[in-house]
Amino acid sequence: MTAAVFRLLQALLVALFVGVTTFVMMRSLPGDMAWRIAAHRYGYDLVDADAVRLVREELALGGPALPALLQWLGDMVRLEFGTSLVSGAPVVDEISHQLGASLQLAAVALLLSLLLGPPLGITAGLRPGGSLDRGLLLLSTGLRALPQFLLGLVLILLVSVELGWLPAAGYGTGAHFVLPALTLALGLAALSARIARDATAAVAASPYYAFARQKGLGDSQVFWRHGLRNVSVPLLTCLGLQFVTLVEGVVVVESVFGWPGIGHGLVHAIFGRDVPMVQGTALVMGLAFVLVNALIDAAVRRLDPRGAAG
Amino acid sequence: MKKLVAALAACLVLAGAAQASERRLAVVAPFEIKGPDPVLSGTVFQRMGVAETLIDAGLDGRLRPGLALNWTVSADGLVWTFPIRPDVRFHDGSALTAEAAVRALRVARTKPGLLEKAPIRSIEAAGGAVVVRLFEPLAVLPAFLSEYRAQILAPASYDDDGRVRELIGTGPYRLTSLTPPLSLEVERFDGYWGAPARIGRASYRAVGRAESRALLAESGDADLVFNLDPASSARLAAGTAVEVLSAPIPRSLIVKLNAAHPYLADSRARQALSLAIDRDGLSAAVLRYEATANQLLPPSVPLWHDADAAAPAHDPKAARALLEELGWKAGEDGILTRDGERFSLELTTYPDRPELPLVAAVLEQLWRQVGVEVKIHSTNSSAIPEGHQNGTLELALFARNFALVPDPVGTLLQDYAPTGDWGAMGWRHDRFESLIRGLARGDGGAEARLESLRILQRELPVIPVAWYRQTAAVSNRLSGARLDPFERDFGLDSLRWKDER
Repeated sequence: MTAAVFRLLQALLVALFVGVTTFVMMRSLPGDMAWRIAAHRYGYDLVDADAVRLVREELALGGPALPALLQWLGDMVRLEFGTSLVSGAPVVDEISHQLGASLQLAAVALLLSLLLGPPLGITAGLRPGGSLDRGLLLLSTGLRALPQFLLGLVLILLVSVELGWLPAAGYGTGAHFVLPALTLALGLAALSARIARDATAAVAASPYYAFARQKGLGDSQVFWRHGLRNVSVPLLTCLGLQFVTLVEGVVVVESVFGWPGIGHGLVHAIFGRDVPMVQGTALVMGLAFVLVNALIDAAVRRLDPRGAAG
Repeated sequence: MKKLVAALAACLVLAGAAQASERRLAVVAPFEIKGPDPVLSGTVFQRMGVAETLIDAGLDGRLRPGLALNWTVSADGLVWTFPIRPDVRFHDGSALTAEAAVRALRVARTKPGLLEKAPIRSIEAAGGAVVVRLFEPLAVLPAFLSEYRAQILAPASYDDDGRVRELIGTGPYRLTSLTPPLSLEVERFDGYWGAPARIGRASYRAVGRAESRALLAESGDADLVFNLDPASSARLAAGTAVEVLSAPIPRSLIVKLNAAHPYLADSRARQALSLAIDRDGLSAAVLRYEATANQLLPPSVPLWHDADAAAPAHDPKAARALLEELGWKAGEDGILTRDGERFSLELTTYPDRPELPLVAAVLEQLWRQVGVEVKIHSTNSSAIPEGHQNGTLELALFARNFALVPDPVGTLLQDYAPTGDWGAMGWRHDRFESLIRGLARGDGGAEARLESLRILQRELPVIPVAWYRQTAAVSNRLSGARLDPFERDFGLDSLRWKDER
């Protein structure tokens, strides 16, 4: 109960902090906002002073900062996100459309990475120094080092252009998920495989593991009863951290695969000085971060109740 | 685990089946869709054949009737009449009337664009025609009405404040879904007034990365891909999967100079900077096609191209001599100085067009060879009009589209009579101004055009560097593809699947 209240308070603080910081950052970016908004609305080489004047009048830009900030906070309390300065559509609609697309992609990527990374890492960790372990080290280091932009293009070239199995880019059908999700998943799996491998190796070398063996349990029995639970604690924590990597990766992968997601939307909103869009997106992402961490914390506490007592 | 794999496989199979059942032409280009308002994304709607204008233009840039049957102007040039084509239906089934067209144009006038700047007194409906009254003659009015921002949408498209809520046009294709920022889908509109399109369904997708676009063409996921980067277009042309089309377009790469700046005020200084540019080398190395510009507009705009103009000279020696005439002397580091001041300027450009920073870097090297130092400032494109307005801009490199309206006189009027955000700065030439104003009113013909072009070339308020080409990859499943040099349409109406009759 207290944990829930604490999380709620934390979420409120994050919201306030994210809102104020994005507001200050957007205000302090160089260049005149009206020019940037007009350039984004009407095309970067179609903008002239007249268009900018109209934008300035329409949006009443250039007012003092404090009332604008208070206004925004007031809107937040009433759950009003405002409308995009570029498209004129409600920010809530834009975010839910784009966030939906990104969440789908992220979820599939995470699932794929869990199917790939931990099983391989655990298998390698049970036999440290084996050929699988050494091969995996090489592979995961390579995959971590490869920029996602490049990995995405290589996958398109191999799977779509050479083999013709899957669509190269786009959004809409199940087949469109595979390549962008795989691009994200390979990077994530490389890390989770390493974490799983190290955790497994540590657990397998621990006295309680040796004791379980000595009391006569078979390999798989030892692992399922005494190994997996202990391995999954660092894995879950790593998963929470990977959320950040995922958000980063989504920005790049979305642009390579033409995915209508929130990373793509955020980058464009920043270029176009679309303040309500940036604030709304940052807020949603910040709260998502709190939520993911809360869920991970709860899961870890269930798996490993020792921390709760102490 | 097994269930999951099965589900994933089912997904793939279903996706494949869905693709096979409805054949849809896939168009891919870099332009994002910002919303249903023509002022935001009208180019995409126009090119996909969803929305139309009163006046249309052919591939040669000549105006032709669109939703208006024809156009007439009163003897004093102040009253234009555009009779509306009968029996035209919007996609929602409502009829196109003169009143509906007037509504659309009045809304368009409240938004940034050519109509907003035009000297229009009133737009009324009378006797089934749109009647436009002007404060002063404007010969290019029909061309203005052919621009994407003057699209005629159904009255139900707008809310009470003139905002576009839904895109209801009259074109050969009807919108079936619009999901900004990246995609839209259309199907053939059976009630179209003109010849019906042969392709039944099409989709449009915005893909920002040139590499991804090229791969989409290569893998066959897209049938029509626009704006290829030079490297990909060479690679695709070498293969057999697609046909690569290329056509010159009235878009020019130019250097804008602040003629009010003490270093650049004398036209000899501007000539020197132009002479120092190795245009052939630049085109070959950066743009990878023959694009050398010896004047502002390419031959594909015959009315505004001086066919007798000399090839552009690359002569660093002559450039240095001109600068010496102006009192500049080489300093210790090779950079010219005059009265203790270095010939050092800032060149503003933007990375939205990937070739611009590269061209800027080449210009920096070329100008250094004649003793001119340039610092490149690659920033947001809006820094150029902003710097123009507050007078701080020195040099700028950008691409300018002269075919926003099929007649470039509108753009020239806006940019060079006497100055404009994307044209001349601190420059004034009375003869040029009167020629262009006359041409815009409808006075003067070929001679006036030629004289004004030659003034620009002699005076160099801007330095033309290269002309652009439009490139597209077309799937070999299609026939009848063509490129519109004025970038008004994707050519959907002329396309057909090769295996369909």
